Amino acid sequence: MTRKQKKTLIRIIAAGALFAAALLVRHFVPGLPWWAELVMFIVPYLAAGYDVLIKAARNIVRGQVFDENFLMGLATIGAFAVREYPEAAAVMLFYQIGELFQSVAVGRSRRSIAALMDIRPDHAVVIRDGEEIEVSPEEVAPGEEIIVRVGERIPLDGMIVSGSTSLNTVALTGESAPRDCGEGENVLSGAVNIGGVIRVKTTGTYSESTVARILELVESSSEKKAKTENFITRFARFYTPAVVAAALILALVPPLVFKADWSTWIHRALIFLVVSCPCALVISVPLSFFCGMGGASKSGILVKGSNYMEALSKVGTVVFDKTGTLTKGSFDVAAIHPHTVSEAALLDIAAMAESYSNHPIASSIVRAHGGHIDKSRISGVEELSGLGIRAVIDGKTVYAGSRKLMEKLGVETSCGGNCHCEERGTCVHVSQDGEYCGHLMISDEVKEGSERTISELKARGIGTVMLTGDSEAVGSEVGARLGLDEVRCELLPQDKVSIVEGMLSPKGRTLAFVGDGINDAPVLAIADVGLAMGALGSDAAIEAADVVLTDDKPEKVPEAIRISKKTMRIVRQNIVFALAVKLAVLILGAFGIANMWIAVFADVGVAVIAILNAIRAMKK
Amino acid sequence: MKKTFALEDLDCANCAAKMENGIKKLEGVKDASVSFIMQKMTIEAEEGADFGELMKRVVKTCKKIEPDCVIKL
Repeated sequence: MTRKQKKTLIRIIAAGALFAAALLVRHFVPGLPWWAELVMFIVPYLAAGYDVLIKAARNIVRGQVFDENFLMGLATIGAFAVREYPEAAAVMLFYQIGELFQSVAVGRSRRSIAALMDIRPDHAVVIRDGEEIEVSPEEVAPGEEIIVRVGERIPLDGMIVSGSTSLNTVALTGESAPRDCGEGENVLSGAVNIGGVIRVKTTGTYSESTVARILELVESSSEKKAKTENFITRFARFYTPAVVAAALILALVPPLVFKADWSTWIHRALIFLVVSCPCALVISVPLSFFCGMGGASKSGILVKGSNYMEALSKVGTVVFDKTGTLTKGSFDVAAIHPHTVSEAALLDIAAMAESYSNHPIASSIVRAHGGHIDKSRISGVEELSGLGIRAVIDGKTVYAGSRKLMEKLGVETSCGGNCHCEERGTCVHVSQDGEYCGHLMISDEVKEGSERTISELKARGIGTVMLTGDSEAVGSEVGARLGLDEVRCELLPQDKVSIVEGMLSPKGRTLAFVGDGINDAPVLAIADVGLAMGALGSDAAIEAADVVLTDDKPEKVPEAIRISKKTMRIVRQNIVFALAVKLAVLILGAFGIANMWIAVFADVGVAVIAILNAIRAMKK
Repeated sequence: MKKTFALEDLDCANCAAKMENGIKKLEGVKDASVSFIMQKMTIEAEEGADFGELMKRVVKTCKKIEPDCVIKL
């Protein structure tokens, strides 16, 4: 609790004691004159609410008639006027208790979200002229060397120049397993060093670092407001005047027109004034969004505004880019189909032939081989552009390359396509002295979570589409394996833009595009919701995307949708709950069934409950 | 130009909404947002506007709506 809150609490306790004393006196000493009762109750009333009255008076002078202080002041003074002394004091007391509760609850949730976001490094230890100097991260220049000790947060992005360690990146990615890092590896700021001391050479300034980017993104996320949020603010502007007008009618019409009892109807009108503040809605709706976004960022899902949270909850179709999104974007040997030689021998020959090439496919074969390659056995390597490689190994002429190369050489690729390798990836056929040895199938590996991601989306009734620049054969194979609804292949980047544009529907369910942000920034930008995956390193992706996933796990997509749906559910609950209670109290109040106590609950009690409900959005 | 200011003692969410509306109506303000939750105000001024002078009017507007709230300039 802040000092101000503590002071209010003490005042409330004092006022409560005075109020209790007044009630006791009234109970045991019956027949007191009205002025004695008035004095007895006006003391706790003023103790609890003098500041409300002062604010109210000040606001009338400034022309702020529909201020909540003014309305509360008017309602309680009105209650005194109709000689409901205990009620007047109690309403003020409960109003203050509610306000205090509200302020504490909002403060709490604000702090816990702030703690969630607490990835800001407070200092960096930089080495200058052989000395270790502690400076603020902003003062470190790119290329300087910094020391990060165990338990410290890495202040700037960089590369480890000495030492090795484990890093806790949970604040960045939501991934709780520590990541091992050694010399020469890049490290991201915001990660906590939990292994050993490392020296890091910085690659950029603090303002360009991952930490600064994330903080900027999260801090500005409350600026973009969801439609629901705007609706509530607009609603609030009409709600208060409307209820006050209704109160006025209620106070005047029955006594004047039907000669009813003045004090009864004024009393009923006062109930209207108490419930006329839209605070429960005005606080809880943005707070729900805020807690939802806070909770999402804990899982490494950074949502750039509550409008995107809303759009995400209405997703009807998710369009994925293939490479780097559903697949790893790195090639791997997926199958080895030997013909005349053993599997190991085939891999051995292929790896030797490809060992001088730096093509990604060649490196994948060398990587699959894993062992030592005796380069003295290889001679006369020649790259045949677009076809493959020719090399002399152990005196035998080896060709490794496409089916076309084999056809050109007149070598029969005897499996005849029965293994369907050509459909599943890129094949490297190998021949030795004009004899077919077999082939290796290299494919871009599908990410572990991709299948689960697609099936989860399908279970939610969300359509899934994959766009790829790859060949029809490869694209449709991946599509079939993952169970995607639709696959579009052989696309150029600009084709992706026009396809996504064509799929956008003006109303109803939204379209989300998931990409790695490398060459799909324009697509990210035009989709209703653009999700960039593992994009912390790329400015363009962060700029273009609406949701940034800090790691490259596709499972984060259904998770983001789940969180958004939960958040929207809580938002709706709060709206419906607050409005229903207020409406019920208004109706009951108009018929004289509800009293002011219930009205105070409908005002501050509902606000507190709605706030507590909003905080749920932060939890998983 | 866009600037963010911390707010102190912003106690009521409705006032925050009113402040935001009031600031948006000021001349020279392109966009504004007052976040009750973050206790923060972001103001985007139009090109060529005098920010210092604009902030004076912003402070005045806020004072009128919520006198207790202090903008930390």
